[in-house]
Amino acid sequence: MSRFKQSFGLIFSLLLVALIVIWPLYTQKATDRETAFVILRAIALAASLNILLGYTGYVSFGHIVFFGLGGYVGFYLISVQQQSLWVALLAGGAAAGLLAWLLGAAILPLRGAYFALATIGINEAVRAFINNFEPFGGPIGMNLNFQVYKDYGGPAQVFQMTFWIMAGLTAAAVILSYLVKTSKFGLGLLAIREDEDAAEVIGVVTPRAKTYAYVLSAIIPGMVGALFFFKNGFIEPANAFPLHSSIESIVMVMLGGQGTVLGPILGAGLYQGLRGLLLINPVFKNIQLAVSGIILLGIVLFIPKGLIGWLHDRYPKLRKVLP
Amino acid sequence: MKDLILQVQGVSKVFGGLQALKDVTFDLPAGQIMGLIGPNGAGKTTLFNVINGVYAPSAGRILFRGEDITHRRTYELAHMGMARTHQIVKPLNDLSVLENVMLGACYGQHNEALPNAEKTAREVLEFVGLAERADQLAKSLNVAQKKRLEMARALAARPSLLLLDEVLAGLNPSEIAGMVETVKAIREQGITIIMIEHVMHAIMNVSDRLIVLDYGQQIAEGTPEEIVNNPQVIEAYLGDPEIANRLMQEEN
Ligand SMILES: Nc1ncnc2c1ncn2[C@@H]1O[C@H](COP(=O)(O)OP(=O)(O)OP(=O)(O)O)[C@@H](O)[C@H]1O
Ligand SMILES: [Mg+2]
Repeated sequence: MSRFKQSFGLIFSLLLVALIVIWPLYTQKATDRETAFVILRAIALAASLNILLGYTGYVSFGHIVFFGLGGYVGFYLISVQQQSLWVALLAGGAAAGLLAWLLGAAILPLRGAYFALATIGINEAVRAFINNFEPFGGPIGMNLNFQVYKDYGGPAQVFQMTFWIMAGLTAAAVILSYLVKTSKFGLGLLAIREDEDAAEVIGVVTPRAKTYAYVLSAIIPGMVGALFFFKNGFIEPANAFPLHSSIESIVMVMLGGQGTVLGPILGAGLYQGLRGLLLINPVFKNIQLAVSGIILLGIVLFIPKGLIGWLHDRYPKLRKVLP
Repeated sequence: MKDLILQVQGVSKVFGGLQALKDVTFDLPAGQIMGLIGPNGAGKTTLFNVINGVYAPSAGRILFRGEDITHRRTYELAHMGMARTHQIVKPLNDLSVLENVMLGACYGQHNEALPNAEKTAREVLEFVGLAERADQLAKSLNVAQKKRLEMARALAARPSLLLLDEVLAGLNPSEIAGMVETVKAIREQGITIIMIEHVMHAIMNVSDRLIVLDYGQQIAEGTPEEIVNNPQVIEAYLGDPEIANRLMQEEN
C-alpha cells in the first residue's frame, strides 16, 4: 500500500511532464513546441538542483556552470571533432559530473553562505577560463556549421528530435530525483539538510554523501547544456554561464517546494508561465528579473517551504502520497 | 582485556586557553552502566565529544573494542557501534519521528536497508513509548518526547556502546522514573552505557560505577556508595555537605 502511495507521487509527476510534452503535439504549432522545450528545460534544471538545494540543503547559486560546461564540451565535440550528438550528450553529462566531483572536495566542506558564494565564484571562474580558452573559441565562442544538421535529416528533424530528447532528459531528472528521495542515500541527505553534525554522529558519511548529491545534481544539467547548444547553433561565454538562470532555478525550486519531487516541476511550470506573460507585457518586459526577485522574497516571507511544502503542512497525509 | 569495551588513556582537551579535560583515564567493562557526574562546565559533554570523535583530543589515546579510535571520524565510530544522545537535543525537525529513528538503523552498526530499518525503527519506537507518534514531524514533539526520540535514534543503531548526555534533564518526576526504567531495560539488552546526569538519585540508582569530573579532572571513581562517601567529592563537587547528606538518604 505505502509502496503504491509512494510510486503514485512519481506517476503523478511524470504525468505532468507528459502533459507538457503532449501539448505541442496536440496543437501542432512550432512556437508551442519551443515554449514546451523551455519549460521542460527549466524542469530538468530545477529537479536536478533540487537534489542539492532541496534534499541536501546546500544552496548553489552557480549551478548553471554545469549547463554551460556540458554545453561547451558537447558543442566542441560536435562542431570541431565531428562527433555525434549522442557522444556529445554523454560527454557533456560526464564533464559536468566530473567538475562537480572535483569541486566537491574543495567547496562542500563550506557551509551556508560560504558555499553559496563559492559556487558563484566557480561559475565566474569557469566563464573567465573559457573566455581565454582558444580551442573553445575564447570570447567569441563557436558556431555550428548547419551542414551538421543534415546528418540528422535537416533542421526540422533536428528540432523534433531535440524536443524528444529534452522530454527524455526531463523525465530522467524527475525519476532520478524521485529515486534519490525515496532511497536510504536520500534519507541521509535529508539528515544533512536538517543538521549536518547530527547526521555525522548518526553515521552518515557526510563528505561522500554530499559529493554524490552534487555530482548527481550536475550530470543532467550538463547533458541539457549539450543538447541546448546543439539546437541553438552557437555558444559563447555569455549565453553559457548566465548567473541569472541559476537564480531563476532557485526561485523555481523554492516556489514549488524544495525537497519535494513534485515541487520543482510545479515551480518551473508556474515560473515559466508567469515569465511568458510578463515578456508579452511591455511594462514588465524589461524588469522580469526584478519580478523573479520579488517572487523569491514573497516565497521566503510567506511560503518558505513552497507550494508543495505548504500543502504538506496543511494536509500531513499528502507527505507520503506526494513525496 | 577482551571485555573492556572502552579504554580512555590520559585524555586531555584544550580549548584555546581553557583546559576542558586533563589526563582523564578509565576502563569501561562491557555490559556496565557508568555514571559520569560533575558540576556545570566540568567537561562531561566534552569528554563525550572526544570519545565520539567530534573533537580530537589534545593528548591521550582512546580504544574502542580494542581498536585505537583516537582520530576516527564520528561516522566511523557510529558504524563501529557507538551511538549517543545530545544534551541539547538534535531532532531532525522536518523529518518524521519514524524517519529520524530509521536513520539510526540505516547508518548504525548494522547498516540496515530501508525496509529493515523501518521494522527496527518501529520496534524501538514501541520500546521507548513513541510508537503512536511515528508519523508526526520531529519538531512537533515536546521536550520529554524529543529526549526519547534522541534515545530511540541511538538505540536503532543497535550500538555496543551508548553515550547518554543528560537524558533526564527537564523531565518531571514520573517521566524520570519512566526513563530510568528504559535505561535499565537497555542494559538488559547487553548494551554498555555511559550516562551523564545531574539528577543524583537517578544516576546513583542506575550506575554500576561512577566517575566524577571537576574542572576537567577526574577526582573520583567508584561504586555509588564510594562516591557519595568520598570526602573529596563532597568537598569539591557537592560543596555543600547538606546535599551530600540528602544524597545518602535518598540512597537508603
Ligand atoms: N567547542 C568549545 N569551544 C570552547 N570551549 C568549550 C567548547 N566546548 C566546551 N567548552 C568549554 O569547556 C568546558 C566544559 O564544558 P562541557 O560542556 O564539557 O561541560 P559539562 O560538564 O558538560 O557541563 P554541563 O553540566 O553544564 O553540561 C566549559 O568551560 C565550556 O565552556
Ligand atoms: Mg554537558
